[in-house]
Amino acid sequence: MSLEKQDVLKIAHLARLSLDDNDAEQYQNSLTSILDLVEQMQSVDTNGVEPLSNPLEAKQRLRDDVVTEGNRRNAFLANAPQTEAGLFLVPQVIE
Amino acid sequence: MVDQSITSLAKKLRAKDISSVELTQDYLARIKHLDGQLNSYITVSDEIALAQAEAADKLIASGSTSALAGIPIAHKDLFCTDGILTTCASKMLHNFIPPYESTVTGRMQASGAVTLGKTNMDEFAMGSSNENSHYGAVKNPWNIDKVPGGSSGGSAAAVAAGLCVAATGTDTGGSIRQPASFCGITGLKPTYGRVSRFGMIAYASSLDQAGPMARSAEDCAFILQSIAGFDTNDSTCSEIATEDYTANLDAPLNGLSIGLPKEYFGDGLNNDVAKAIQDAVKEFEKLGATVKEISLPNLNLSIPSYYVIAPSEASSNLSRFDGVRYGYRCEDPKDLMDMYKRSRGEGFGKEVQKRIMVGTYALSEGYYDAYYLKAQRIRRLIKEDFVKAFEQVDVIMGPVAPTTAFGIGAKTDDPIAMYLEDIYTLSVNLAGVPAMSIPAGFADGMPVGLQIMGNYFSEAKLLNVAHKFQQATDWHTKNPSLAEGA
Repeated sequence: MSLEKQDVLKIAHLARLSLDDNDAEQYQNSLTSILDLVEQMQSVDTNGVEPLSNPLEAKQRLRDDVVTEGNRRNAFLANAPQTEAGLFLVPQVIE
Repeated sequence: MVDQSITSLAKKLRAKDISSVELTQDYLARIKHLDGQLNSYITVSDEIALAQAEAADKLIASGSTSALAGIPIAHKDLFCTDGILTTCASKMLHNFIPPYESTVTGRMQASGAVTLGKTNMDEFAMGSSNENSHYGAVKNPWNIDKVPGGSSGGSAAAVAAGLCVAATGTDTGGSIRQPASFCGITGLKPTYGRVSRFGMIAYASSLDQAGPMARSAEDCAFILQSIAGFDTNDSTCSEIATEDYTANLDAPLNGLSIGLPKEYFGDGLNNDVAKAIQDAVKEFEKLGATVKEISLPNLNLSIPSYYVIAPSEASSNLSRFDGVRYGYRCEDPKDLMDMYKRSRGEGFGKEVQKRIMVGTYALSEGYYDAYYLKAQRIRRLIKEDFVKAFEQVDVIMGPVAPTTAFGIGAKTDDPIAMYLEDIYTLSVNLAGVPAMSIPAGFADGMPVGLQIMGNYFSEAKLLNVAHKFQQATDWHTKNPSLAEGA
């Protein structure tokens, strides 16, 4: 399994990571070596084996649909890089 | 004061031989004096610690029986602590002050424990050497040219050097056990779901589990008692009742059956480490245990399975860091996409970016079945190995890591070699069973950890087994000279 530089740039875009050309080459090597490492899975016969997503095979617990948290807007806004009028501020999205 | 157990400190606090404020001041002074060499803390919370110590002294005076009341401890810097900087050792969270408390730290606070500060770690808990920290590498107190292990390396180094009585850690693929082994302390990764993950900054949600790191199994038992148990805030937290973890510590080990998986003693295991493990097993035979060889045939597959599942879950969990609501935002973003990409590209370190990309790839269209589902099918095979083994034996023993602590920088150029070192710890997380690392000797002057793995929810048994060994041996009482000199 060998990744091309273009593959790395596409993965980085999907993951929303900025990469320069130099980074992309480094990651091309390191990601390829990880994919080589995990390749040995393909030689294992797992026919009829169900995927295991929770080690205890626990079912998702449900709770009543009621409000449990109070309004803590100011506490949550305090960590934001930019806020205005009680809202999170981001670069302009709509022209 | 340095190497005293929680039991003996609790007695002194109640006899008024020392107050929690005095004890806390001692530890803060030790941190100031020694941590320049170790870098085990990211944040020291002096003022909060002293206020908590004062409150603990009142709690003790009013008759509190909590073993942790007034005991100075530290938390890995991935537990959210209300009002105390919580960075996960990442530039991404360099300025994050949580507006809420994690269940683990909240429960320990309710038990009266005093928070000295937040310990260094591999960024977002990704690493086995504590070299991947935005705040610099942590040094091993036994030899400052060596790594303390990771990812809970700061917690392990701080406990070993006597810069806290005990600490919390988290273990996704060995991150409590391997640093405990490298630093000569006792660490416990509980059963998945035994301890709430609420307020732990997530790495791989189906593998992450918090646990104690301390000087002895008995000290770990006190901490587990405080943090274990159901929590409505974590949907994967188990409703199975907790046990009394200190009640049966002294139970005799007559008839205990120990399984030694042959896969844990094959190629790649350092001879001196193997010798220390074999000697420890002999000690258990003297205590009345019987030993048999067993097999965990899919052990080798734990590496590929883990390095698909953990990065996949990480890529999803870490998508929350977008530069909008908290954490790092790049300078002058030209539009929303630029803000996302540069905030994440500049805020995350290389190892974190690498694992996010592996996970993004494994979950992407056309690859999901071949990678993620395949890894989860293999995960079931690994779990079944443990289920079968525990039909034959009570506990499983082996090494924690193939070697003792390696040199700082020795493996940074070969990350795959570092991944392969996790061979003895990953399968425990994939299966979800509990496991400990306890000091079992030295090789070339560096500590060796014995791993003890148990069946689901058998923490009380594991602690009993570890405690009996520590009653018969003194490996866990050894101190690095750096700690003795202070």
